[in-house]
Amino acid sequence: MSLDYNPGRPEDLVEHDRVQTPLYEDAALFEQEMEKIFAHSWVFVAHGSEVPEKGSFILSWVGQQPVIVVRDRKGDINVLVNRCRHRAATVCEVKKGKTSSFQCPYHGWGYGLDGSLRGVPYPEQYGKDFDKSALGMKALRVESYQNMIFATLDDGIEPLAEFLGPAKKWIDLFMKQGGGYPVKVLGEHQFTVPMNWKIQLENTTDAYHFPVVHKSFIQSLDKEAEATFNFFDKAGFVEDLGNGHSVAVMIPELIDLDENLDDPIPERFEELAQALRDEGFDEPRVRKIVRATGGAGFNLNLFPNVSLSLAFFRVLRPVGVKETAIRHVCLGMDGGPAAANRMRIRLQEHFQGPMGFGTPDDAEVWERVQRGTLGGRELPILVNRGLVDEVPGVDGPRGHLSAETGMRASYQMWKRMMAQ
Amino acid sequence: MSGITTVDRDVDLQELAAFVWREADILDRCDYDAWLALWTEDGHYIVPIGKGENYEDQVNVCYDDARMRRMRVERFQQGFSISSAPPADTVRTVSRFVLQGATGDEIVLGCAEHVVENKFGRQRIYAANLTYTLVRTESGLRIRNKVARLLNSDGELTAFSYLF
Repeated sequence: MSLDYNPGRPEDLVEHDRVQTPLYEDAALFEQEMEKIFAHSWVFVAHGSEVPEKGSFILSWVGQQPVIVVRDRKGDINVLVNRCRHRAATVCEVKKGKTSSFQCPYHGWGYGLDGSLRGVPYPEQYGKDFDKSALGMKALRVESYQNMIFATLDDGIEPLAEFLGPAKKWIDLFMKQGGGYPVKVLGEHQFTVPMNWKIQLENTTDAYHFPVVHKSFIQSLDKEAEATFNFFDKAGFVEDLGNGHSVAVMIPELIDLDENLDDPIPERFEELAQALRDEGFDEPRVRKIVRATGGAGFNLNLFPNVSLSLAFFRVLRPVGVKETAIRHVCLGMDGGPAAANRMRIRLQEHFQGPMGFGTPDDAEVWERVQRGTLGGRELPILVNRGLVDEVPGVDGPRGHLSAETGMRASYQMWKRMMAQ
Repeated sequence: MSGITTVDRDVDLQELAAFVWREADILDRCDYDAWLALWTEDGHYIVPIGKGENYEDQVNVCYDDARMRRMRVERFQQGFSISSAPPADTVRTVSRFVLQGATGDEIVLGCAEHVVENKFGRQRIYAANLTYTLVRTESGLRIRNKVARLLNSDGELTAFSYLF
């Protein structure tokens, strides 16, 4: 089989309106992505509420590398590669919990919550100049925005805030679904799909697929909710936010959850509203909490591995060139009314996860893409939709809601990083 | 478990196993109308995540009351869901029945389920501990609650186009 690209120049695989099939299936290219993209980006690892107290930890990943996200005694967040500096065993296999230290199960090397090597059994055999300070667990650079914790293996890249750029204001808007309470992780769905990670990367600001793939979900809603999810009747749009990030506004009236609070309460939230009134919340609080419960009206995709989608986080992890793991993280109101959090959980279960009314259909079409690329390898993947009426937006090109502006944003960032 | 002797005397394990086997056959045949008819109106079909048992306040893979069960079945049957048209084929076995209790009209039965699914010629295996709360009605045994606790439920699963 002849390749129509020079394997030495992956950036040649991406043009503005199309990308080439090897992006989904070339194992050597995948290895380069792990190095050039995942080792040099801000990668989302956890939400602060998953490590709420000193000593709280959760296992996570930076690309293919297993890490521990842990809050130390000073309250600082550390992201440590889950590998003993002695002979490489993982020091922790508990998914989430609380501890005062990490101890390697193999030879007993002990580490503090900041990754520093505290002690080793029988140190005499290492001699007098054994330098514990040089043998701490590998710690990544860590920064947070709105309690979203990101880590990077690259000490030289720009600060997180600069990397996020215009996406920050969308993150701020998204977090208003705390309804006046801090946003908290309530649980998550996790699943793998036999597909390349970029098939997922493309998806969250791809509103074009929604009425097709999710027809069975839309049909399970009441008429009013069905109208809410008929995105293309509204003034939505998708905008390139730079650095590979993009936002798709599906439900414009739900961009800012503090606005339009006088709108009628949708029928499917009426029971919740009454429960909140019965608990003693005044009408403005009821309206604010009810509105927050439904989530935001947009999907924000942050390159390379996390999106903020309506009411949840979607986190991707590249497992292999044709295998990707996904977390759908359910969010709620920390200290908020139980009835509201319950409803958010039920809404999450309705669409997301291995048995949701949405996710299995997403997983099916994603796998179909991976299977389809076995044929016609010379054919391009088209990402040209909406170029015809794209206009300058606030922070970058803005297209029709069904445009592939978000994919073009991601692939231009991919191209930039792979060319370095 | 002090009442176990009484339980054993009053409840016929073979009858319960036959009921659960019939349900397993119904699920493998995707005969979901027949499946809905096995339920009472008041309970839940639950596929939980992790070991927690406060299902109402935790994120589950699914937590279906009667209305959600009907909606789930409609989704399977209407033909608009690409993952269910067609769904993966399944063959399952249910075994290791253990009577966990019987009080009033309720019988609690535990058992093991193995499901092999096939889609695109790709086969996957799942295992679950099932816990049934069964009730005896005038029309025979019915399911009030069913909890299907999958192995690795708090880890990475795959998308399912069938029920456990």
